[in-house]
Parts: sequence; C-alpha cells; structure tokens
Amino acid sequence: MRRLMQRHETYVFLAVVALTIVVTALNPNFLTMENFLDILKSCSFLGIMAIGVLVVLISGGVDISFTAVATVGQYVMAVVITRYTGNIALAFTIAIAIGLVLGLINAALIYFFNIPTIIVSIGTLNVFYGLLIVFSGGKWIYTLPDWFHKFAETRVFTLFNSNGIPYGLSIVTLIWIFVIVLAALILRYTVLGRSLYAVGGCGFDKGPAERAGINIFRVQVFVYTFMGFTAGVAGVVQALLVQTVAPNSIVGKELNVIAAVVLGGASLAGGAGTIVGTLLGVFLLAILSNGLTLMRVPSYWYDVVIGMVILTSVSASALQQRREQQRAIAVEEA
Amino acid sequence: MSNLFLSMQNVSKRYTGVQALDQVDFEIRRGEVHCLAGENGSGKSTLIKIISGVVQPDDGSRIVVEDREITHQTSIESMRLGIEVIYQDLSLFPNMTVSQNIALNEIIENKSRLVVKKHEAEIAQAAMDRVGVDLPLKELVGDLSMGDQQLVAICRALTSDVRLLIMDEPTTALTRKEIQGLFRVVAELKSQGIASMFISHKLGEIFEIAERVTVLRDGKKVGTYPSSDLDDAKLSYLMTGQTVEYTPYDYERIEQQPLLEVRNLSKKNNFADVSFTLAPGEILGITGLLGSGRTELALSLFGMNRPDSGAVYLNGDRLPLASVGKSVRAGIGYVPENRLVQGLVMPQSVGRNIAVTTIRKLLAKLGFIDKDLYHENVAEWIDRLSVMVPSAQSPVQTLSGGNQQRVVLAKWMATAPKVLILDGPTVGIDVAAKSAIHTIIRDLAKSGVGVIIISDEVAEVHGTCNRALVMNRGRIKAEFAMASVSAHELQDAVQQVSA
Repeated sequence: MRRLMQRHETYVFLAVVALTIVVTALNPNFLTMENFLDILKSCSFLGIMAIGVLVVLISGGVDISFTAVATVGQYVMAVVITRYTGNIALAFTIAIAIGLVLGLINAALIYFFNIPTIIVSIGTLNVFYGLLIVFSGGKWIYTLPDWFHKFAETRVFTLFNSNGIPYGLSIVTLIWIFVIVLAALILRYTVLGRSLYAVGGCGFDKGPAERAGINIFRVQVFVYTFMGFTAGVAGVVQALLVQTVAPNSIVGKELNVIAAVVLGGASLAGGAGTIVGTLLGVFLLAILSNGLTLMRVPSYWYDVVIGMVILTSVSASALQQRREQQRAIAVEEA
Repeated sequence: MSNLFLSMQNVSKRYTGVQALDQVDFEIRRGEVHCLAGENGSGKSTLIKIISGVVQPDDGSRIVVEDREITHQTSIESMRLGIEVIYQDLSLFPNMTVSQNIALNEIIENKSRLVVKKHEAEIAQAAMDRVGVDLPLKELVGDLSMGDQQLVAICRALTSDVRLLIMDEPTTALTRKEIQGLFRVVAELKSQGIASMFISHKLGEIFEIAERVTVLRDGKKVGTYPSSDLDDAKLSYLMTGQTVEYTPYDYERIEQQPLLEVRNLSKKNNFADVSFTLAPGEILGITGLLGSGRTELALSLFGMNRPDSGAVYLNGDRLPLASVGKSVRAGIGYVPENRLVQGLVMPQSVGRNIAVTTIRKLLAKLGFIDKDLYHENVAEWIDRLSVMVPSAQSPVQTLSGGNQQRVVLAKWMATAPKVLILDGPTVGIDVAAKSAIHTIIRDLAKSGVGVIIISDEVAEVHGTCNRALVMNRGRIKAEFAMASVSAHELQDAVQQVSA
C-alpha cells in the first residue's frame, strides 16, 4: 500500500477516475460502452506514438521528429496505394520501413556526433517534413482505395446500442494493443529493456552503462528505430481514422504526445517511465478533451485546460520528490 | 602455489611527457587486505588501471596473476582472472532496483536475451549471502543510503568469481556506522580468500583494517609497510616526503564583543537549540559525523535553509536568514562542501569564477563590466592566493583540486566577508596543498574575519582552529578550546558523543 501511494501512476489513475465521475455527472452519455470504445479508437493514433516516445524518454533522450516521420511514412504509403495497387499489409510495410530508416538516421546522428537528442530531432523534424512538402507540393490525397476504407471499419466484435446502431472494438485499437504488448514485453522481459533503463538512469555520463557491458550504440539504434516503427504504424492508423492524407495534419502534435507520456510519470531526465503510466496519461488527455466536448465547452478552452492539467501534475510530482529528498536528521529530543 | 595472488615487477607507464609509473614492484597476497596510499598524481590510478587491464604498461613490465604471466591484458581478461574494481562513483543505476543492479552485469555477460525475474532475484540473493548482507531486493538503489549503495556495488562485483576486489576511496561518503558495516564485509570476504585493496589518500579508518600499506610518490614506490608500523604522521611523511606539522592556532582574544551570535536556532529534522558565539579573528571548528546536522546549520547561517525559530546576530544586527543574497550583503560567505557542483562553474574561466561574487563592484558607466578593473581584480586574487594557473582564462576544470579550492576561497574573500563559513575546506586535496589552504585561512582570520570550519577530520579541526564544537543528532554536545586538548582527546570526545 505504501509503495502504491508512492507511485505517480496511482495519482494519475485517481485523476482519471475523478474526471470520469465529474464528466458522467454532467453528461450520463459519457460512461457508456459505446463512448468508451470510441475514445479507445480515436486515441489509438496518439497512443501508438506515445509508446514510442516512452521508450525514447526511458533511454534518456527526447525525440520530437516522430510526427514528421509518421507524416512521411503515411504520405509515401498513400501515394503508392493510390497510384498502383496494394493491400493493407503493403501499406503498413511501406510506412514502417520508412519509419525504421528515418529512425536509424536519428540514431546514427545522435551516436556518432554525440549531439543532444532534442537538437538532432529538431533538425531532422524540419528536414524530413521540409522534404515532404517540397516533393508533394503540399497536395492532399482524398481518394484512398475502397479496401483501405473497409479495413478501417473492421470491428473485432460488434455490439448494438439502444437505437440499433452497431458499434464495437475497432481494428485500429487492436493495432494499438499489439504495439503496447510488444513494448511491454521488451521493457519487462528482455535484457534490451533492462539496458534501456540502465542507459537512461546514468544521466549524461554513460560510463556506468558501458562498464556494465552495455553496447550503447545498439541501444540507441533500437530506441530510435522503435520510435520510427511506432511513427510508421501511427501514420497508417491516422490515415485509417480520417481517410484523407494531408501532409500538414500530424506535424505539430508532438508536444501533446510528449505531454501525455510525461503526465504518465516518465521523466525527461531519463530512466523512469512505465507502459501503464503512459496509457493513463493518454487516457487522461483523451477523456479531458472528450469530456469537454460532451460538456459543450468551446473548443478554444481545450488547450488552456490541458495546459493546466499538465502543469498541476508535473508540479505535484516535483513537490513530492523534493519532500522525499529533503535531508532529515533524527534530532535528539531535549 | 605461492601465497601471492598478484605480483608485478618493474612496472612502468609513460604518457607523453609524464612518467606516471616508474619501475614499480607491487604484490597482493591471497585474501589480503591491502591499502594503496599516495597523493593526487602519485600514480595510484595508473597502477589500478594497469591491474584492471584498462591501460597497458610499457615494455619490460612483468605481471603475474595466480602464478601465470599475463601478456596482453584487457579489462575483460582481468575480470576473468577475478579482478573487479569499484569506482568512486559506484557506477550504479539509481532508477533500478537492488536486484536489477546486482544481476545486470552477470545477465549481460551471459549474453542472455531474456530476463527472468526469479533468476535475477536468485543472482542477487546469492551475492548478498556471500557478502553477508541483507538489503531489500525491490527497493530502488537511489533510495538507499550511501553505505547501502556501496554494499550493492560490492554485491554486484561478487556475482562473478572474484579473487581481488579493488575499491577507490570507499569511505569518503560513509558515516561511521556504515564504514563499520563495510569492514565487516571485507572481513567476510577475507575469510573466503578474497583479497581487498583500498585506494586512499585520507589517513584514517582504512588503517583499522588494512594489513599492509603500499605508498606511492611521484610515480615511484616508496615502500610497502605493515600497517601496525605506521601512524598518521609517518604515513603523511612517506606520501609527501615532508613533515607537515600542525601548529596550534595562536588566537588572542582582543575584541570582547562577539562578531556573530547564534541564539537557540532550531529547525525541524535538521538541528535543535543551537547557540554559540564567534569573535573576530577566531577560527571555530564544528565537527561531528556525517549526518550530525553540521552542514544543515551552515546552510541556515548562509540563508539557504530557513530555521524555524531562534535568531542570529552579526555585530548586534539581526540577520534575516531568508535568502542567500541578504546573507552575502550582510557579510557572510560560504564555501560549500562539494566545490565541483556547488562552489564553482567548472567550464568557466578562473577569472569569471573569482569575479562572480563581486561583479557589481566592477561595473563602469551604463552597467557594463569595466574590463581593466576586472582583469586587475582577478590578477590580484590569483597572485594573493598563489593560484597556479597558466592564465586567468583557463577553465577551472583544468586545475588541480588544491588550486580549485584556492579559486573558491578567492571568490568569497573578494566579497570582504565578516564571517566566512568553510564546509570541508580540504576534502579531496593532497597533504601539501592542505597546509597551504590552512595558512590562507589563518591569515584571513588574523585580519579580523570570523571563520567557521566544518569538517569531520578531527586532525584538521585541531590543527587549524582555536575552538571547536562537537555536534551529534542535531545538537551541540560539547565545546573545547584547542589549547587545552590534544587531537587524540578531541577524537575520543567525538566518538563518545556520537556513540
């Protein structure tokens, strides 16, 4: 119990519960299976990228270029499947392959030039995105193939609401779950996962990790190609969700994703963060925006509210940390 | 089979321009507890690097481990021979649990891909059993005390078949109780035939446990001695080649008015009911073990740790104690314990580090820095404290520990403080530089400044101060005039008070 109360995740969970109660009290439609599955579907896109960001943060890095990677993967995928033919497997393969290559570029720059990861990713964000705009001319793609549309509508299971309208667990959510399980297995049960926490935990000087026999380059390659992988998957998922491909629709969301992961307890200093926390962080932001819509709050207020939530959460855990770190001496009683 | 685990003959190492080691012979017996002593730059770390295979010795050197001559040694090879080094930074991962930390090396070495939690816990438990300690396996290492972290590092080293465990300055950050725990572990290892080697330039605790001491000076071996033949003075002579004598500080009280008066100062979980006075020209020592509240008290006087109740008066005026800025303006200077992190901006130049406290006095019209005045001022301080530095533009991090400490002193002396608080003024500084720092401090006191020295080195307090307070568990337990006690008596008093 003591351990549970020390965990950041517990507080995010309580915040999610409290928020759910408030929103439900104001609008009973909120706490329905249909709305729940709908939230799961719509936040899959950010949720998939959040898993990639979590891995980067644990390793002690910061990546903001992943939205550009997702966009490039998505756009090239859309061009190929509209111009030639294809199927959903090919769509994912293209986007993921691009994600892996661009991730590898990030990893190589970070390792060989030893530049702070955030600077590298600011650079590559602009290069990747800039090149896409140059070559695409910023053109939108509206006419995606029928099979692409149909795949997006696939439900893992189907239920009917009181009006007889079908709903269910979307295939998109299933893809998210697949990414979650994959990352959870790597983080919990592999030596690679352990190495990630170790590299992230030793801060700027990677000497301790090297002395433990960890190959830092291999870890960096994994981290940024995994980020690229999730970005590629997310690019396809976003196209499935909105059924149009616009070069400028994903870039700009990177800070929201990082915010969700940090809300979930991952540390920008590296070495800390869990899958559960990240999911709670994603849910908290999703419920917040969904709840605000159901409560008919003008959408201009979203950013303000979300900003306030992030500030509150981060300062609360910083305060708690400071309290724990304060020197305490057992002063002798008079 | 000889009784030697390691024997080195004629070991030399030359770096460009520097003879780091010069024909050194060195040996360690099986299960022996050996101490390697020497000042900074004496060649201690080079010798360790050669033993652990990080650095190759020059031709003509001969190294024999377990009766076999070693030729091309690498660090992995030396680990296979059973040699493990625990560095001063411990190389632990504070964000991971005890069992994860202990088992990590072994898991990576075995080239496994998957981690089985149960297996991990077994490795950790086995290592702890071997060492004879019991630490909570699921606790994060960052939440443990320094002493327990040291034990985790030892357990991790013992996951492989260790024959020689080398520890770099293991006792610096430990409390008395933790040091005793460490020594129990070393004794346990010895009973299993595992040799331990300590590296130290601090005279003290390590003697209690070392059987033999090898002293290095300027890359050459001075000799190996049974530790029963050595005492502080003799070892210090062997390390420096000169006798350092602590002459008591001849303080004569002229001023009857106290400069600083502390009345019933208390802060919850820090210290309670602290009262004392400090006269101009006095050097007051505050000693006590790590965690006795001495550093917290110093921080409070400097305005960094606001007390709950009580008052402090400087020349009769009450100090606000609310912020560092106010304390500095009132005339209080503070040289922190950890000069690397708290005392200096390491990548910045010596000049900027010295001028940072007095920058407002160096301004020309319009608020720009007066370049001439700045250079003049910096040059004056470098000269006054004899800082050995190629130029005032050199980054502080390129200086030796003794010179860095001079820069910190210059920085605070430049503010012309009425009271200067020095926390551990000579930690990590070699013996010769130490006495130079002490001279600077005394000269400062003679000019009428009140000096407070916080230190756990009783010899230092006894040799520099005219009066000392002993703290334990947040309270002042005793007060001594240095003229009326010997260093030994003071040491005994500290032990007694802290027991």
